[in-house]
Amino acid sequence: MTDPTLAGGGLVSIPALLARNARSFAASPAYREKEYGIWQSWTWLQVQEEIRALALGFLELGVAPGDHVAVIGGNRPVLYWSMVAAQSVGAIPVPLYQDAVAEEMAYVLDHCGARWIVAEDQEQVDKVLEVADRVGYIEHILYHDRRGMRKYDHGRMNAISDVQRTGRAAHDRFDAELAKRSAALGYDDTCVMLYTSGTTGRPKGVVLSNRNIIEASKSSSDFDSLGPGESVLAYLPMAWVGDFIFSVGQAYWCGFCVSCPEAAETMYENLHEIGPTYFFAPPRYFEQRITLLLIRMEDAGRLKKRMFDHFMAHAKRVGPDLMDGKPVGLWDRLWYGLGNVAVYGPIRNRAGMANVRVAYTAGEAIGPEIFEFWRSLGINLKQLYGQTEASVFITQQPDGEVRADTVGVPSPGVEVKIGETGEVFYRSPGTFVEYYKNADSTASTKDAEGWVATGDAGFFEEDTGHLRIIDRAKDVGKTASGALFAPKYVENKLKFFPNVLEAVVFGADRDMCCAFLNIDLTAVGNWAERNNVSYGSYQELAGMDAVLDQMQGHVEEVNASLATDPMLSGCQIHRFLVLHKELDADDGELTRTRKVRRRIIEEKFSDLIAALYDGTGTVSTETEVTYEDGRKGSIKAKLTIRDAKVMPVTGKTLEAAE
Amino acid sequence: MNEMAQDGYVTEDGRTIGSVVLEMKNITLRFGGVTAIQDISFDIREGEIRAIIGPNGAGKSSMLNVINGFYTPQEGEIWFHGSRRPKMKPYEVARQGIARTFQNIALFKGMSTLDNIMTGRNTMMTSGLLAQALWFGKAEREEIRHRSQVEKIIDFLEIQHIRKTPVGKLPYGLQKRVELGRALAAEPKLLLLDEPMAGMNVEEKEDMSRFILDVNDEFGTTIALIEHDMGVVMDISDRVVVMDYGRKIGDGTPDEVRANPEVIDAYLGVSHD
Repeated sequence: MTDPTLAGGGLVSIPALLARNARSFAASPAYREKEYGIWQSWTWLQVQEEIRALALGFLELGVAPGDHVAVIGGNRPVLYWSMVAAQSVGAIPVPLYQDAVAEEMAYVLDHCGARWIVAEDQEQVDKVLEVADRVGYIEHILYHDRRGMRKYDHGRMNAISDVQRTGRAAHDRFDAELAKRSAALGYDDTCVMLYTSGTTGRPKGVVLSNRNIIEASKSSSDFDSLGPGESVLAYLPMAWVGDFIFSVGQAYWCGFCVSCPEAAETMYENLHEIGPTYFFAPPRYFEQRITLLLIRMEDAGRLKKRMFDHFMAHAKRVGPDLMDGKPVGLWDRLWYGLGNVAVYGPIRNRAGMANVRVAYTAGEAIGPEIFEFWRSLGINLKQLYGQTEASVFITQQPDGEVRADTVGVPSPGVEVKIGETGEVFYRSPGTFVEYYKNADSTASTKDAEGWVATGDAGFFEEDTGHLRIIDRAKDVGKTASGALFAPKYVENKLKFFPNVLEAVVFGADRDMCCAFLNIDLTAVGNWAERNNVSYGSYQELAGMDAVLDQMQGHVEEVNASLATDPMLSGCQIHRFLVLHKELDADDGELTRTRKVRRRIIEEKFSDLIAALYDGTGTVSTETEVTYEDGRKGSIKAKLTIRDAKVMPVTGKTLEAAE
Repeated sequence: MNEMAQDGYVTEDGRTIGSVVLEMKNITLRFGGVTAIQDISFDIREGEIRAIIGPNGAGKSSMLNVINGFYTPQEGEIWFHGSRRPKMKPYEVARQGIARTFQNIALFKGMSTLDNIMTGRNTMMTSGLLAQALWFGKAEREEIRHRSQVEKIIDFLEIQHIRKTPVGKLPYGLQKRVELGRALAAEPKLLLLDEPMAGMNVEEKEDMSRFILDVNDEFGTTIALIEHDMGVVMDISDRVVVMDYGRKIGDGTPDEVRANPEVIDAYLGVSHD
């Protein structure tokens, strides 16, 4: 591993990077936030002062080295500062998902023993107070937004700006201590602790050291030649490792500017205003944007619609080649240039992608058509494969070698190998230290030589050296007939249809595969509107025969495509139903990052699964739902189960490897 | 809380309620032969959330219109800040610091949220028509100042995402919120809300309740609101006036009102022994 002192000249912690940036980029913008309708900005020098004031305030409060400081809220500059301020005094920031309900929060706060809480507003403070009695360690709560906080007992609570003020006033007493604590930070000290969303069981606290974060940020910044001129919009949850790397790790390493949206709902508008150069979004985002665009084009005038159709067809043909630098005829180039002025440029601008140099997507498989759509518009959209335990980066796609079905080559400094069972393993400077207070899990995930099991099954393509991921290793199984069963692979194929929001496929150790589907309310609702189909609720729309017909069409199309794949033809879907409610993280059916939690769904909807397999035509069910405020209710429904046509297998079915 | 001292009282949640701001003395309002309000007296104290409830047609909206200056009662006196209020036009009442929202939303449908809320500051704009049209000097400074106030309200009501959306396109619950925003833009001392939660689902009602409480808490605004949905009102009000067929049948804290047999009759229509 690289010697830290050689690597960055003493840049062994985020506070050290902050000091460097305040010197080297003093007057450049470090943070922007829209407040009262106007973008406000802070230079690196100002940010250093803000963070210092808060760090002094932390010392005044009595924050000790090694303490955990939980940070809960949306993407706000001041919350990012509070994380760096905590690091400056030797404490460990623990960002939490802001939409977590009090129960989930209680577990994490208790597990890390958080003594200090930094909350965005009253909503978050209320959640903390609700569980504070059970979590015995909490000493003090800091909050950002004063609204509604006047009546609270301020004995153990303060506004962040008040803490900063007392910090500034007390600088005589604490300057030396702050300098001492910041200087004591080592490359192998903990930088941040992030809780994994936990597809199974309780969340685990992933301990990432300064080495992990800084090495990962450094090599990934080099990979895409990111510099101080980049601009990003921080809109993804702060508790997610990606946001920590993009908005803190890479931003502090390169010294670029992080902009925070005005509110979660204004994200599209703010993206358009900021026009970032470097952008990350999950596949779902890119999909939704296309759905929105297509809906709008349906309402556009005829000339515009024809122009759009014509130039999009042209872009589809030559765009990706242009992007990859492959030879394209002069006429096609000129025509693409015209399209760029008339169609592609305006779309890129509307989508806030006018300045994007590098865009990444990850987390789930992305539909090939969605992927190609954005690339054909001239946006350098690439895929990466990563996880919290790796400080994000495991593999990523180099410019010019981008495809929808692979996740790229190993990132710089990362070694990747495929285990005997087909599971992907990696080892890198970004590899996490441990799971906090969970030696068993650490040992079962990371071996003595530092190889980490990803839990994903995949393989390297022989001719390109690119990694392809099939599914979660533990979900890959066999059907009763012995054929390979990879549910996520099939689910992704289903989800590539705009009408399908979510799919869950069953079939492990069973004689056939069956599926639950969720309709996409935006897409199907738009269809209903255009066809004068009236509906009163999500449930009613989802149960309509015409909608079921559409779904059946999609399922059969997927079956046809699976039939041509010798490895996965056994995964064709025989029967399916459309669920009466959207799968939701509040009900525990999805993780906070919107991954399907199979075990929980299997338990919760066991009656529906039984009906899929016993040949019933309709089934009545009642499901408990949790509202946003944590109260519970229930939905009753009668669901129709459809049989889908299964294609004869064109290739020979392969037995699953043991 | 039962004993109303001359200079106010302290609520259960610890807010201090001040002296009487508005006092209605023996108000009677007739439309031809129909008596809409009959000899009603009550007061509103500073910092208070005061509800007027009653079944449909009880005369609640008429009462609000009397306070607001839209109707002039045939009998009775209105005392505002310790002096008797002469007959006034609604805009004069507005200048005194009384703003309101309407039962059937009365916004400019084609204008954006921002512009609608800006109209709430109309009574405070002093530059002339020409100066505003040329947008020069004082008019410019004035608009910037008003805009910054309006932006604070937009932030307060969490409607940044619809800042530039024409209000006609907004769902009902949000239109109600914009209307509240416009009333707040006038920086009222007394805010009159006419059925702020009518037609809302449970979640929207909860949001609206929170905003009403926050307005009262943050700006110290005195609030008088009309509702016929008892549930929500009882949760957020300090004192409640109950009306039925133009008469006052109850007045007091939510608990007192709930226990009042006449109120139970009016709402449930059951006889009691």
